[in-house]
Amino acid sequence: MAKISYLQAIREALDYEMGQDENVFVLGEDVGKKGGVFKVTEGLQEKYGELRCLDTPLAESNIVGTSIGAAMMGKRPVAEIQFAEYILPATNQILNEAAKIRYRSNGDWNCPMVIRSPFGGGIHGALYHSQSIETVFTSTPGLKVVIPSTPADAKGLLISAIRDNDPVLFFEHKKAYRLLKEEVPEGDYTVPIGKADVKRQGDDITVITYGLCVNYALQAAERLSKDGYEAEVLDLRTVYPLDKESIIEAASKTGKVLLVTEDNLEGSVMSEVSAIIAENCLYDLDAPVMRLAGPDVPSMPYSPPMEDFFMVNPEKIEAKMKELAEH
Amino acid sequence: MEEVLMPKLGESVTEGTIEKWLVKPGDTVEEYDALCEVITDKVTAEVPSVFDGTIKELLVDEGDTVEVGTPICMMETEGGADEPAVESVEEPTPAPREPAPRSEAPEKADARKGTRISPVVMRLASENGIDLDEVTGTGFEGRVTKKDILKVMEEGPSEKRVPAEEKESTPVSEPAPEPQAGQPAAGEEIPVTGVRKAIANKMVQSSQEIPHAWLMMEVDATNLVNVRNSHKASFREKEGYNLTFFSFFVKAVAETLKEYPILNSSWQGDKIVVNKDINISIAVAGDDKLYVPVIRNADDLSIKGIAKQVSELAKLGRNHQLTQKHMEGGTFTVNNTGAFGSVQSMGIINHPQAAILQVESIVKRPVIVDDMIAVRHMVNLCLSIDHRILDGLVAGEFLKAVKTRIESYSTEHTSVY
Repeated sequence: MAKISYLQAIREALDYEMGQDENVFVLGEDVGKKGGVFKVTEGLQEKYGELRCLDTPLAESNIVGTSIGAAMMGKRPVAEIQFAEYILPATNQILNEAAKIRYRSNGDWNCPMVIRSPFGGGIHGALYHSQSIETVFTSTPGLKVVIPSTPADAKGLLISAIRDNDPVLFFEHKKAYRLLKEEVPEGDYTVPIGKADVKRQGDDITVITYGLCVNYALQAAERLSKDGYEAEVLDLRTVYPLDKESIIEAASKTGKVLLVTEDNLEGSVMSEVSAIIAENCLYDLDAPVMRLAGPDVPSMPYSPPMEDFFMVNPEKIEAKMKELAEH
Repeated sequence: MEEVLMPKLGESVTEGTIEKWLVKPGDTVEEYDALCEVITDKVTAEVPSVFDGTIKELLVDEGDTVEVGTPICMMETEGGADEPAVESVEEPTPAPREPAPRSEAPEKADARKGTRISPVVMRLASENGIDLDEVTGTGFEGRVTKKDILKVMEEGPSEKRVPAEEKESTPVSEPAPEPQAGQPAAGEEIPVTGVRKAIANKMVQSSQEIPHAWLMMEVDATNLVNVRNSHKASFREKEGYNLTFFSFFVKAVAETLKEYPILNSSWQGDKIVVNKDINISIAVAGDDKLYVPVIRNADDLSIKGIAKQVSELAKLGRNHQLTQKHMEGGTFTVNNTGAFGSVQSMGIINHPQAAILQVESIVKRPVIVDDMIAVRHMVNLCLSIDHRILDGLVAGEFLKAVKTRIESYSTEHTSVY
């Protein structure tokens, strides 16, 4: 197995699916000739032609609307929104149309569409290039929201998303693109949507997180291990709908739970995870549930010290972990 | 209605014991009037009122120990609530005060009683019939954690098992009444509170933490007795207080500590801190209480200066007027055990100092001087050392240097001024 980056793993998934199913096609701003602003789709237009790797106008509502129509007619579009915060003009299409087609048509129609988009901060991207916008979509039944944390998961989950018969939002952490590298199974490799994954075993505390924070939490857990505390790290992988069973199991295992997200604290995915734990795990809890998240300020700042203040990092996670372990 | 909180009576003080209430509900008090006497492990002090008003309720009983910041009484005040509720007694300029202790303190008190039990601990304890009072908590502030309970479930309540086995074996040997026959009839019970409790805690801490070692040296104090007697009457007349033998010993010790600074140090876990100042703690007894006030920079003082301080501190001690200020900062203790006739003793070190010197009674004894039997004034100096810091060699050298200093006092060369 070859060691490849998170970005290469995503490209490999696209390439593999386009190669084995001619209904799969890619569309988005600059995805064709340029190969995408992050070069995720580089080479796909050359390989599969202009009709299967489409450069679109700067109109997100249009990109998603086109995808919905194509998906309803049997295609499997993979739309790219250049940066996650640019998805907002398309929210009406996603929330009102894509999410509800199966329900509205009593199962006669469905929408096997994927929307890929880079999200997250820590890259000096300031407000238009750093946001976490997953919670816009994590309360709309009919949607699935997937956020992989490793290259292997990124490939496996993207292939699963393309093959899924309902709309999947697939958010990629842009800082992870070239930062994370690992061995990724070649060829046909899938990871189930809706299943969380224990990334590290431990019996002192449980950390539940997703996205780049998984990597940060694993780093923090290794440091904490030197203090004699072992942390269980659960990667949600799919943030909507949540894998309640795994959350309950992981929380009950240690009774001490730290929830980490780089999104703003209030109303984050972790607020829902916390509610699941409160509803199901009260008699297994050994400490109040703790959350570590971005502050409730409008956006990721550009200034490096202010960005550091906003972003979750291994040091912040470790400090919280220790506090919880010593509770 | 305002709360009066337990004030912080010194830097490292975290709790205090209400020795005596000086007011009762219904009393009208003015700001700065004394409300109660509080004892900490360092000091006895009066807590002044921070408001004008009427005492509504006393929240803490005499003899009870509460954390700093815990409400101790409620007062009805006339004015607004703009007065701060916490007032520091020892620090007239309050350091940046965090609001946290105010709300946290009562919670902490609860934690001591073991009321902070998490749901999982409660469930596991009741499912397995575990008495939480018997489980040692390793969590925050001694909280019993899930892991603590799991450990008990795995290992079984080991402490409980032992007495159970003993019970089984006792009936075989002898019936119960025997231990009763050996018990003395119970007399008066004296509750251990206040200063007595503080002394007890300090002594236990010192004797448990510090590996003590002891040395004793005989010193010929004949010259010293001559020097002191030659000044005694005139000094008393001129200065108005006694020129005590003890002052000469303190002077000799302070000078010798300058030579052997390692005796003037403190064990701090991973390091030994050698103190720059030579501050001699002296023991002062008042009724059933023991105070250890400090003579600061004793090496700077003349024998007269030391005598003056000893006299003043002893007077304050007898009247129970010593405050924290008098007691803090000591680096070495000299104890006047000779005052009550002792000729030999093994002192417990005044934690966290490195040593304590007991000055015993000066007694006339026949000794051999130049192969002849002579009658000399002899005194024993008994030194207790922290064996982590000091070994016998340096302790012996120190004691010998003190001895030499005392033996070389002379009417010709020694000035008390």
